Amino acid sequence: MNPLVLWFHKLGSPPWFDRFAARWAPWAFLAGALVMGVGLWGALFEVPADYQQGDSFRILYIHVPSAWMSMAVFGIMAIQAAIALVWRIKLCEVLAMACAPIGAAFTVITLLTGSIWGKPMWGTWWDWDPRLTTELILLFLYLGVMGLYNAIDDRRAAARAAGFLAIVGVVLLPVIRYSVVWWNSLHQGQTIRVFGESSMDPSMAWPLWWRVIGTKFWFVGSLLLRARADNLRREAGKAWVARLATGSERPHPAAGREPAR
Amino acid sequence: MSPDDSRPTPLLEAHALGFSRNEEPVFGPLDFAVDSGEALLVQGGNGAGKTTLLRVLAGLLPADAGDVTIDGIRADRERRAHAIAYLGHLPGLKADLSVLENLHFLCGLHGRRRGQSPEAALGIVGLAGYEDALARQLSAGQKKRLSLARLWLSPAPLWLLDEPYANLDLEGIELVNRMVQAHLRGRGAALVTTHGAYAAPPVRTRLLQLESRR
Amino acid sequence: MTPSLAGSARALLARDFRLLWRRRGDALQPALFALLVVVLFGLALGGEADALAGSASAVLWVAVLLAGLLGLDTLFRGDAEDGSLEQWMLAPVPLAWLVAVRTFSHWLATVVPLVIATPLLGELLHLPKAELPVLLASLALGTPLLSLLGAVVAALTVGMRRSGILVALLALPLYVPVLVFGAGSVAAHAQGLDPVGALLLLGAGLALALVLAPLAAAAAIRIALS
Repeated sequence: MNPLVLWFHKLGSPPWFDRFAARWAPWAFLAGALVMGVGLWGALFEVPADYQQGDSFRILYIHVPSAWMSMAVFGIMAIQAAIALVWRIKLCEVLAMACAPIGAAFTVITLLTGSIWGKPMWGTWWDWDPRLTTELILLFLYLGVMGLYNAIDDRRAAARAAGFLAIVGVVLLPVIRYSVVWWNSLHQGQTIRVFGESSMDPSMAWPLWWRVIGTKFWFVGSLLLRARADNLRREAGKAWVARLATGSERPHPAAGREPAR
Repeated sequence: MSPDDSRPTPLLEAHALGFSRNEEPVFGPLDFAVDSGEALLVQGGNGAGKTTLLRVLAGLLPADAGDVTIDGIRADRERRAHAIAYLGHLPGLKADLSVLENLHFLCGLHGRRRGQSPEAALGIVGLAGYEDALARQLSAGQKKRLSLARLWLSPAPLWLLDEPYANLDLEGIELVNRMVQAHLRGRGAALVTTHGAYAAPPVRTRLLQLESRR
Repeated sequence: MTPSLAGSARALLARDFRLLWRRRGDALQPALFALLVVVLFGLALGGEADALAGSASAVLWVAVLLAGLLGLDTLFRGDAEDGSLEQWMLAPVPLAWLVAVRTFSHWLATVVPLVIATPLLGELLHLPKAELPVLLASLALGTPLLSLLGAVVAALTVGMRRSGILVALLALPLYVPVLVFGAGSVAAHAQGLDPVGALLLLGAGLALALVLAPLAAAAAIRIALS
């Protein structure tokens, strides 16, 4: 059999995934920290100050990668959810649900940094900028997925329902974005694009790419860790988990039961 | 069981059917078949998975393993809808509608067996005279009889009956048995779950014993 | 006699109207809630015509949206609890069709009284007369769209005991475009711009939702009840 296909099959087996995630998560975090660190150092020290905004624009190097990740993670979550729903692969359910908190965190960072960036520009902490408003709604979508996943007891049914919501969300996200942009143009006329990504001098762009790639590594590390935890929790009644935890074959009698609420 | 070429295709057949919840197997893998004119009695204690099995067969739950065929063809949603009538724990009756109004709606939803009318069905199940009573006002046993009337009117050949004797008095139990007999005589089939304490329908039956997993 | 699409629709509509008639009082609850919201806003904003008139259409849109959100709970809950929803899943007619018909009768019963009450509610908020036709048009297009999107959310949470704020949280992002174009069309008209663009977008959204939302809601019901 094709080695790539074989690798995918293996990855779907919970014990194999556990070993895979345990092995690679630390490396992903390390790579992420290093690459982001280079980007940050470049952003803070190497790049010249913007002629218009001075030094306050430097927060862009955190804000923009976070914004891109918040969107990308939602897309990844929806794809995983679609695979999980159509082919009923357990691992994809776990991965999809692990994406949600990470994406929500990136969204919060985007909102906070956007607000901090905007304060010197607008004079207020919040100006209903269309991009930030869309990010806020994206946060609600993430919270909805997480809330739905936690509200259902059966883990597989919960993942399917929350995954379905993620798919509906990703389909409607462009519509939401367009409607917010239209709304903004209606009520505030032509806004000066404070968060425009066009016209950035190449000498200032390189830390951005380091940051973007760094956040991707960080995301992978975070995803592997969260997915590993969820995977272990789901499989808690099985022998391989018991072996991992205690070194004995017998699963704990309470394993697999949801904790009393 | 030796293969017999002249034997007709079973109405319902399950191969390696399995279902689990939260990583724990509820039942399976199961292999069984039901022919026309036959009843399958599913026995097992509490928690053995009898209700879940019927729900998987009806299509309300997706099976985790194995497949189900109806008349030899893989059972997709449409085949199941036309072939199966399900009597579950919940009666599926609207409390604010009358007995007859409930039946009219359910016939509009599932279709009606040729030659049967809701009024006649009420007579068969012993609810004649209760046509205009609101479902809210019926006792548990009467609600069960109303569900049986709905079952009687259904054109589907395969009946899945989950604890059909629950809430019924002796007369009601005999009614269920009479209905199953008549249905089987008309080339229908029935799957009946029971704890084992109640009387089984006096027809040709196979037995499927489910072991409790708890 | 197997049921046709038209036959099953007729049976379901007849059932829903009979049920609505038996519980006539419940049907007015969304309208009452909208009235409460309007009164509260009037009180909070001070009751002066100038202060109210500017936000009147927006407040009315939000009141209708919230009232509809509250009413969403009754869309599938009753049928889920007594086992009717199960029978729908087993019927030979597509579940999406039954969901569409049910959403339609629910919209007629809960939202249409709201929309009819809008001119009266508008009086309370000193809504400028010129804005009323656009407001009604936006509600006529927007409220069925809200009901259809809400049906998907209600379907996802149908098995749950206390969904409470979760339904509102799930529905909010989906409702934003409808609110934006609905209230926005009235705002555009008030500014002297042409509202037709926004209204057409609502119409297009409605056309899409009429086809896709019942399918999504049916899939969601099967997922939620599995």
